[in-house]
This record gives sequence, structure tokens and C-alpha cells, in this order.
Amino acid sequence: MSRVRVLVGTRKGAFVLTADGKRERWEVSGPHFAGWEIYHLKGSPVAPDRLYASQSSGWFGQMIQRSDDGGKTWDSVGNEFVYDGVAGTHQWYDGTQHPWEFARVWHLEPSLTDADTVYAGVEDAALFRTVDGGRTWQELSGLRRHTSGPSWQPGAGGLCLHTIVLDASRPERIFTAISAAGAFRTDDAGETWQPINRGLQSQTIPDPDAEVGHCVHHVAMHPSRPGVLFMQKHWDVMRSDDAGNAWHEVSGNLPSDFGFAIDIHAHEPDTIYVVPIKSDSEHFPPDGKLRVYRSRTGGNEWEALTEGLPQSDCYVNVLRDAMAVDSLDSCGVYFGTTGGQVYASANGGDTWAPIVRDLPAVLSVEVQTLP
Amino acid sequence: MIRVVLPAHLRTLARLDGEAQLQVEGPVTQRSVLDALEARYPMLRGTIRDHVTQQRRPFVRFFACEEDLSHEPLDAQLPGPIATGAEPFMVVGAIAGG
Repeated sequence: MSRVRVLVGTRKGAFVLTADGKRERWEVSGPHFAGWEIYHLKGSPVAPDRLYASQSSGWFGQMIQRSDDGGKTWDSVGNEFVYDGVAGTHQWYDGTQHPWEFARVWHLEPSLTDADTVYAGVEDAALFRTVDGGRTWQELSGLRRHTSGPSWQPGAGGLCLHTIVLDASRPERIFTAISAAGAFRTDDAGETWQPINRGLQSQTIPDPDAEVGHCVHHVAMHPSRPGVLFMQKHWDVMRSDDAGNAWHEVSGNLPSDFGFAIDIHAHEPDTIYVVPIKSDSEHFPPDGKLRVYRSRTGGNEWEALTEGLPQSDCYVNVLRDAMAVDSLDSCGVYFGTTGGQVYASANGGDTWAPIVRDLPAVLSVEVQTLP
Repeated sequence: MIRVVLPAHLRTLARLDGEAQLQVEGPVTQRSVLDALEARYPMLRGTIRDHVTQQRRPFVRFFACEEDLSHEPLDAQLPGPIATGAEPFMVVGAIAGG
């Protein structure tokens, strides 16, 4: 019977949650790297026991950890992230120019074809890649060197490259998203990049439909339908049917179109999930009700999924990398909260139950479906 | 033998139970002690000082002989009791939230 492994990054360590295909009884392993912030951990699609974790601390900086046994044991690998050439400057919160400074790795995206190749999205925003299993990292500097780079400015969480989407049908194509610069696409494996933000409207920047400057929170793409992208922006849920060349809003009847996480059903490319959050200053669900919203129509028409989720006095947040799906026949959906709960649904979101309730604040959730 | 006391998180990272004991050739300075520490425990590179600039990370301090040596020049001689091993060189995580 198939199994699932849920990889949870938190403010104070990593946890590995495992269950069989029924997804009813869970084993909890952790904390790994206790006391360190684990922004993200993810497994290789081609070697599922090869895991990579981003471990960081305000005191001791960035580490990258690698496991070759599904998270039982870990080894620290390379942690040297040096910008290519002269790093230059970007816009700071007060409008002045500020030197590009490496802070941490937000997101690790293992290659779809090679277990030793991984992309890393970092703060201050840049894309790095390793081809030797994490020992050494090189910047794909064409992105940071885009002519708009000096105009990029940090969002509240910093100037971070937090989303990396790989396209199995077109290996030279990579999508990234940066807060608060927007979404970018390369069609030549990272040499050159173009902003893909046409159609986005952001009232928080002087020119609401500017080419860059948008606070994109997350982007998701179904592997069977490359080119169709869904985006949770600071405000607005958006959709593109042409690989980001143009976007249109699909927020529809959501109670709030602010949020962070967005994901897609494993077998239904038009079924998407978001967790509406009340506003950019109130980072909690509207009315104190934790509701996942599901659209089965690729957006615009949304239904609240509430069974098993707290429907009163709930004031947690669900961060951008904290939602994932498994690929079992009955698609499992998972998300973690800043209150330390990880909720799972084994039936596409119809009903939910917590796997764990009292972890440190959850930063990221990834799921592996194992044979 | 130079004795170096690391904070718990760095001991875990280095898989070290107690103090690090290091052989340092030549003058015993912050730089030479940290060079020896990182040579013996390469996983600590970048955690105490920056890979490129070699500057101490902002929330890391160096204490020894009841003194804060964090702002001393990197190539200044450390106190005699450090060089003889009578006192440890202490790498400390500053008290700063978390």
C-alpha cells in the first residue's frame, strides 16, 4: 500500500509525519534541527529518500541539510551562497538603494530529473542552483541582473524569492516569484528572464499595473497542464492560461482574496485550494473561522471547506509554502498554521483532521507519495 | 592545545560533545583559532564569521578570561591563558530574542 510522508518546517525545527495510504494513523518524527528555523524542506521527485532542508538562525546563519534515508539522518552540506559578481543594490523600505545581502534560503526546489540538482530561492532575492547534491551553490544571476532589479523592494518578510515552479514538459522553463517584485519566467534555463505580471493590479504601489513591484505570494501549476498558472497575490487570486503572459482575476466569491497559500488537486487541474486571510495587517482568517476554499472550476466559484476545521475563535495564519497535496487516488490535502497545527484531508478537502496540534509555528508543508 | 567552547547549536552541528581542542600553529589570534576550528569542523564555516568577508556574525560574541574580545582586531594576540590552554576561548550566541 502506498504511504505518505509530510515534511514540516517550523520556527523551531523540522518534523516528518508519516502514514499509510489511509492517512488515519500518523507517526511523528522530530524535532530535527531543534531550535533552528526550517523555512523549507523538500524531497527529490526522482529519489524520494533524498531530502533537502533549509536550516537558518539569526545567530549562526544558513545551513543546508541533506538526508539520504527519508529524514532519519541528516548531513550538513554547503552553505556558501555568494552573489555572482558585484551584487549591486535594490530599493529599501525608505526608498533608498540598499546593497544586496544574503539572509537565508526560503525555498528549495529539487530537479525533476536529477537528485543532485536543486534550485534555491533566497533572500535577498536571487536564484541559486547546486548540481552536486548541495555541496556548492552557484547563482543563476540573470534574474537578479534583470534591468528592473534595482527597483525591487522587500515586502514585510524581506526581499525574498519564495516560489520556484519547474515545467517537466519544458526543462528550460522556470517560473519564480519574488516579494515584492512579482513573477518572472525564463525559457532558457535561467540565462534570461522576463517579468510576467501583466494583468496584476496592486494598489500598494504607485503604478498599480507596473511591470514589476507586485507582492506575489505564491504560484502553483499542475504538471499535466503546463502554462496554466494560479497565483495568490497579496490581494487577489489570479489565473494565467498562457504561462504568465497575461493574468486575470478569479477571486470570485471568496470572503477575502488576501492570502498566502494556493495549491492544485493532484488529479483535477481545475480544482484549486486557497485559505483566505482577512487582510494584510490582520493575518488571520475572516470571522475567526479557519476555512479552506475550493474551486472546481479553475477559479471564480468557490466553496468553503469547514468540516473538521475550527469555526470559532481561530486566529492563525497559513503561510505561502504551508500547503501541499499528495497524489493518492483520493487526493490528500495538507496545510500547516502559525499556531502549530498541521491539518490533513484524505478526501480532497471534504473533511479535515489535525495530524498534530502543537508544533512551533509552521513555515512550510510538503508531501511525498511513496510506493 | 587551544580550548574552544561553542554554543549548543554549533556543538550539535559539529557533532561535538564538549570543548573543541585545537592545535594552532604560530601566533594565537582570533583568526588563527577560527581558521583551525573551521579546518577541523568544516560544517562550522559561515556560522561564526562570514564566508567571504570573514567578519564575525552580528549576534556572535567572543569571550575569554572574563573579557569580551569581540571587537579586538582579528590578528591581535589572544591572552596568554588561551594560548596555554588554561582558559577556553568562548564563542557565544548573543542574548537576542528567539
